[in-house]
Amino acid sequence: MIRLKPGSRHSVNLTVNERERIGTAEPRTLLTDFLRHELKLYGTHVGCEHGVCGACTVMVDGRAVRSCMQLAVECDGASVRTVEGLAEDGALNALQRAFNRHHALQCGFCTAGILMSATHFLAENPDPSEDAVKEMLSGHICRCTGYYPIVAAILDAALEIRPDKQITKEKP
Amino acid sequence: MKPVAFEYCRPDTVAEALALLEEFGADATLLAGGMSLGAMLNMRLVRPAAVVDIKRIPGLDAVTINEGEVRTGATLRQAAALDHAALMAAVPLLARALPNVGHFQTRNRGTLGGSVAHADPSSEIPLAIVTLGGSVELHSKRGARRVPAREFFLDILTTTRAADELLTALVWPRARPGAGYAFAEIAQRHGDFAIVACAAEAVVKPDGSLAHLAFGLGGVESRPLVADTAVFLGKHAGASLAAEIAAAAAAAVSPMSDFKASADYRRALINALGSKVVAEAFANSRGALK
Repeated sequence: MIRLKPGSRHSVNLTVNERERIGTAEPRTLLTDFLRHELKLYGTHVGCEHGVCGACTVMVDGRAVRSCMQLAVECDGASVRTVEGLAEDGALNALQRAFNRHHALQCGFCTAGILMSATHFLAENPDPSEDAVKEMLSGHICRCTGYYPIVAAILDAALEIRPDKQITKEKP
Repeated sequence: MKPVAFEYCRPDTVAEALALLEEFGADATLLAGGMSLGAMLNMRLVRPAAVVDIKRIPGLDAVTINEGEVRTGATLRQAAALDHAALMAAVPLLARALPNVGHFQTRNRGTLGGSVAHADPSSEIPLAIVTLGGSVELHSKRGARRVPAREFFLDILTTTRAADELLTALVWPRARPGAGYAFAEIAQRHGDFAIVACAAEAVVKPDGSLAHLAFGLGGVESRPLVADTAVFLGKHAGASLAAEIAAAAAAAVSPMSDFKASADYRRALINALGSKVVAEAFANSRGALK
């Protein structure tokens, strides 16, 4: 059993974007604040801090979750993926490029969270319906775009990412 | 806001968790997925001395499907339940309720047991287990007990769970032969707290008469409730009976009024949504007979 005293800092080990990262946190430190203030990964945004807006969404052990509603110490040993881990060899990945093409962001505050949700979502649903994308997006608040460009970008990215689609194209 | 300072405890076994609950009593709060507790901690609506994280206790998320009933361990995640085909087939009302629980991102971490222990009056999982007449398993150092779900919920965020008790599992009756199920809710946006949620389990006989009905309502009073529908048994199960049942339920309840909806609006929703849900359960029962 692990017991961590209040008020003092404890070691937290995470694999963040495939790199081992070690920091310290009080038991009450949120994962969001640990990522931002301890690991200096400011790509993850803090919005409502009660799980409604989705801005802080990251992937923990492969699943899109709210980082504002979990403690850093709770995630000790976990594998975390943040928006900083999306680019491939320093270039935007297919999902990010689709957001760019479709003007799926304006102020960008919600974008990091939506990209992480969409990354998990597309891994589970490589050929999603428009309704399924909208249902997934119900967990995010965007005050700029009206959501339509975001839906279009995710559907477009799915076409590009899906391996079977490319195979189908090559077949006669 | 940020949580108050607390001790973080991560027991490896149920026995260790129970010892912590005995030590801290009401000053401990149990953490599973944290999708309700996290918000309450951040807003300092709860100020625990200790947070007891039970999510890594091995086996506490187990699903056991027996002949008569299904047992879902407390820390079974909502997304994992949705992905569990045999569980969804054995408890069809839960399968219909779960997609309404929060969002993709919260179902990935939120648990079945946590939702029931939290006891928000508009929550879908408590409504489903109350409608089906399931039960809740509780353990403490004093022993174990099983509480019928219809007696477990007392008031908003209040249950019969004692401070030293751990909710270890939910027990669900398996689908009745020939039963039809339906679930629907109205919320301000998909995944928000339901203003009114309706759940129904119906059995319609081959001659078209109603043999069994459980009609549950969430978001209406301070806890999920089941309407008294005994007088409607034996009648022809059609759209007009469904409307009659919803109207009787709407007249019998004392709905809450809040910033989202007045009591009268909730009554109107029970009429409109309830009649649809009951009629759908009738139709699904007819489909199950074929």
